[in-house]
Amino acid sequence: MDIIVCIKQVPDTTEVKIDPKTNTLIRQGVPSIVNPFDKNAVEAALRLKEQHGGKVTVLSMGPPQANDALKECLAMGADEAILISDRAFGGADTLATSYTLAAAIRKLGHYDIIICGKQAIDGDTAQVGPEIAEHLGIVQLTYIAKIEVNGKTVRVNREHETAYEVIEAKLPVLISAVKSLNVPRYPTVKGILRAVRAKIGVYTAKDLDVEPDCLGLKGSATQVREIFTPPQRTQGILIRKDSAGGAVEELMQKLTDAKIV
Amino acid sequence: MDFEFSEEQKMLQKVIREFGEKEVAPGAAERDEKDYFDRDLFHRIVALGLTGICFPEEYGGAGWDTLTYIMAVEELSKYDNGLGVTLSASVSLCAWPIFAFGTEEQKQKYLRPLAEGKTLGAFGLTEPNAGTDAASQTTVAVRDGDHYIINGSKIFITNAGEADTYVIFAMTDKSKGVKGITGFIIEKGMPGFTFGKREIKMGIHSSQTQELVFQNLVVPEANRLGDEGKGFKIAMMTLDGGRIGVAAQALGIAGAALDEAVKYSKERVQFGRAISKFQALGFMMADMSTALEASRLLTYRAASDKDHGRPYSTSAAMAKMFASDAAMKITTDAVQIFGGYGYIRDYPVERLMRDAKITQIYEGTNQVQRMVVSGALLR
Amino acid sequence: MAIKFTDACVGCGACEPKCPFGAIEIKDGKAQNTAACTACGACVDICPVGAIERIEEKRTITINKDDYKGVWVYMEIADGKPRNVGFELLGQGRSLADTLKQELAAVIIGDGVSKFAKDAFAYGADKVYLVEGAEYKNYNTDGYTKACVELIENYKPSVMLIGATNDGRDMGPRISCRLHTGLTADCTGLAIDKETGFVAWTRPTFGGNIMATILCPDQRPQMGTVRPNVFKKPVPDYSRTGEIVKEASPVKPDDIRTKLVNIIEACIGSCNLEEADIIVSGGRGLGKPENLKLVENLAEAMGGMIGASRAIVDAGWIDALHQVGQTGKTVAPKIYVACGISGAIQHLAGMSSSDVIIAVNKDPEAPIFKIADYGVVGDVNEVLPLMTEEFKKIRAAK
Repeated sequence: MDIIVCIKQVPDTTEVKIDPKTNTLIRQGVPSIVNPFDKNAVEAALRLKEQHGGKVTVLSMGPPQANDALKECLAMGADEAILISDRAFGGADTLATSYTLAAAIRKLGHYDIIICGKQAIDGDTAQVGPEIAEHLGIVQLTYIAKIEVNGKTVRVNREHETAYEVIEAKLPVLISAVKSLNVPRYPTVKGILRAVRAKIGVYTAKDLDVEPDCLGLKGSATQVREIFTPPQRTQGILIRKDSAGGAVEELMQKLTDAKIV
Repeated sequence: MDFEFSEEQKMLQKVIREFGEKEVAPGAAERDEKDYFDRDLFHRIVALGLTGICFPEEYGGAGWDTLTYIMAVEELSKYDNGLGVTLSASVSLCAWPIFAFGTEEQKQKYLRPLAEGKTLGAFGLTEPNAGTDAASQTTVAVRDGDHYIINGSKIFITNAGEADTYVIFAMTDKSKGVKGITGFIIEKGMPGFTFGKREIKMGIHSSQTQELVFQNLVVPEANRLGDEGKGFKIAMMTLDGGRIGVAAQALGIAGAALDEAVKYSKERVQFGRAISKFQALGFMMADMSTALEASRLLTYRAASDKDHGRPYSTSAAMAKMFASDAAMKITTDAVQIFGGYGYIRDYPVERLMRDAKITQIYEGTNQVQRMVVSGALLR
Repeated sequence: MAIKFTDACVGCGACEPKCPFGAIEIKDGKAQNTAACTACGACVDICPVGAIERIEEKRTITINKDDYKGVWVYMEIADGKPRNVGFELLGQGRSLADTLKQELAAVIIGDGVSKFAKDAFAYGADKVYLVEGAEYKNYNTDGYTKACVELIENYKPSVMLIGATNDGRDMGPRISCRLHTGLTADCTGLAIDKETGFVAWTRPTFGGNIMATILCPDQRPQMGTVRPNVFKKPVPDYSRTGEIVKEASPVKPDDIRTKLVNIIEACIGSCNLEEADIIVSGGRGLGKPENLKLVENLAEAMGGMIGASRAIVDAGWIDALHQVGQTGKTVAPKIYVACGISGAIQHLAGMSSSDVIIAVNKDPEAPIFKIADYGVVGDVNEVLPLMTEEFKKIRAAK
């Protein structure tokens, strides 16, 4: 089974802080990580390979530094990694990003399953996966918490707001992974040695069958108009009493006074 | 001379840190409080491949080096030194002597599963009346045809009870003193091999320490490690390497204490400012940091000596005594910086201080290390 | 749009740390932007020597925007009734349509859903586009996408709003990609940009640390998914009526390549937290899984749903569908009660836009108190039963 995993290197947004004086983002010292949901995607691919054999190829579009993220996936056990990197891809929105990734996937040739994380924690759009599926004209299965492949059929549990939908489809499909799909493995010592020595392929715009006007900023349908910092929530009333009863009494009084209850 | 780690080493360091923060650190206080070895957690740690770092691929290892292994012990010890000890005892004191002195059959049978992390190892030399003075040991092995019959006991044995494979030492010829000592590889479950008293220790609670008891234990000749009478040399060379591991544990403990002290001093406000702004504490932390870095250089140097085939007995002894003394001082100072909070168990520094003490004692007290260093110096 | 650094740049580096995307580097004494640049313009005003310009780049793929008129709201039907988010969007759509002086239409797709047209009118729609058929009994990507695309191609709306539900976020990108237009995800603010007359879509990004306002200047329709529970439902007026446009279904059975074979229920009560008014969430501070019952009891007394921290989901106390936070659900109820949740930043990212936050935790230093409107320092296992009693009394009194 040929599995392609699309990953993104993201700043660890939980480490981002806001400078209280200038009300701007402090990016310094924020580590770059493999998008957490993408690690679930890699893990799912590795498990499918362990069950059914085949090959796991990891793709990432990004600057050269994204190599580190690809190496981490190789160290987890992926067979091959390709970086899609070109100045021409810069500033892409989800439409241009998915267009480029789909072109890279076409160049790779055969695949049975493409797996993405449900969304990237920096952009949080959850759009690139479905848009790749659309560009390739294949079935998409989003928010997936369980994957079973039987021959040419895949059966998944899809997270819905209130329950799991069990859905079946024929391969090839694109799957987007949620956190509860699995617990990603850690890279191993042997995996690290292999990953660092591995050669990571690079696709530039020249290597892909793409229209230059559909790439990067130029190929993006959306445009950032403005960036600003939202107002920060501030600490409210803290109730500390000797007894739980006293504390609850005061809480209820305050909630009543504020007409919350 | 480049003091930077390679890209591979940095990547491994990052993985162990992530694993340590997410998987090891959260339960460290509980394992300390409840005093138990978490075998499941240890298996998950070795699944990273840490037990095989410094052994060749033909024996299930990764074919890397001692320096990388030492870095791994340091990083793991930052989050829970009990687990650092467990790893160090299994790799440095059990797997290594089998690698260095074992037969091909012994390597395939015992080293491979140890390197692959499938089994856990231990090392038994110390007896109630024979600590540093190994020649005073009373455990005896008597040859009987193609096997030996061993009687006696070993105390303070790290991983005892939990380990599957043990490298132990016994007198095959009492009259020859240290030259009458022979090494053996024994397995948990062999008839006549049981475990005695489980020790309640000051620190490193997440590692198990117990007594080994041999009552007419029958060991095949194929399990003798090296020639008869070579046991003392094997034990001493093994301990030379083990000492680098102890130094690495000390680095981990001290590094954790310094990190805690820096973080706390920036958060704790007294007299209207963070206590880190008081020069008295700033200088204290400068000294802690310098001592840690000096320890690290000595330790990596000793590991590098071993990797490059240079004599490492002296550099290992220097690293062990310096790093463990520094760890004791650094952890004590960290408790001081925390003040009253440092003395209670809500914060980790008192545990680090208790864990640090043993690094000055085991695998040769620091007084023995000074004997080694002065002996080499004044030869 | 693109960012250009002119020769006036002195390489002072003032812009470098201010870039939200880390896309500026100083090389050979001059600033330059890397491929990560999104041309957001955050750097322009920072430059002390005015060396940063935001310039218009001529686009080559263009359409005739004047052909596209009207604001559409996709009314999602779930479990046999319209989701609240559809009504919330009709309220927002109404004001966008009024500003643009264009009409507001609702799109309703399903099996036997014509009865909901009256609701669409009541909540502000002038028109309803209706596509019905057995193939729409359950949501499916292929069928719904095809139906929407067909409608859009035939009637050419200028704006389309979709609720940012799992299905909405599944279908939205599929449609926008097929139409080669822009889609802004998970919006929390909608307005008409005064300068251009385009929809200004505002959304949290970077884990909620910053907000971005997005435009779709050259493609139509302008599309966005909008977070449930952010906007108020308008007061319905059932005297309103409008035109119903029934569109024949373009979907053939073969078009639908997925098959829904089963539904697995896994929630305690409902876990439609995205649309809940009140959520009571439990965390590690409860001590043991049995104590989750205390959260359930309080939720029941308050008429709310049960949420959970990542810690107790990972520990297997409760299904992941209840998880609130960065890797779970993003919620914005009127009241959020955090019980024994320390408030890791990942959790806060999922609930910090709740109207009122009440937190109970025994550690007075817990980060949850930094954002809570009402914090109670105490043992959750003592406090929750007492709160439950109080809320039961209030309910009984009503």
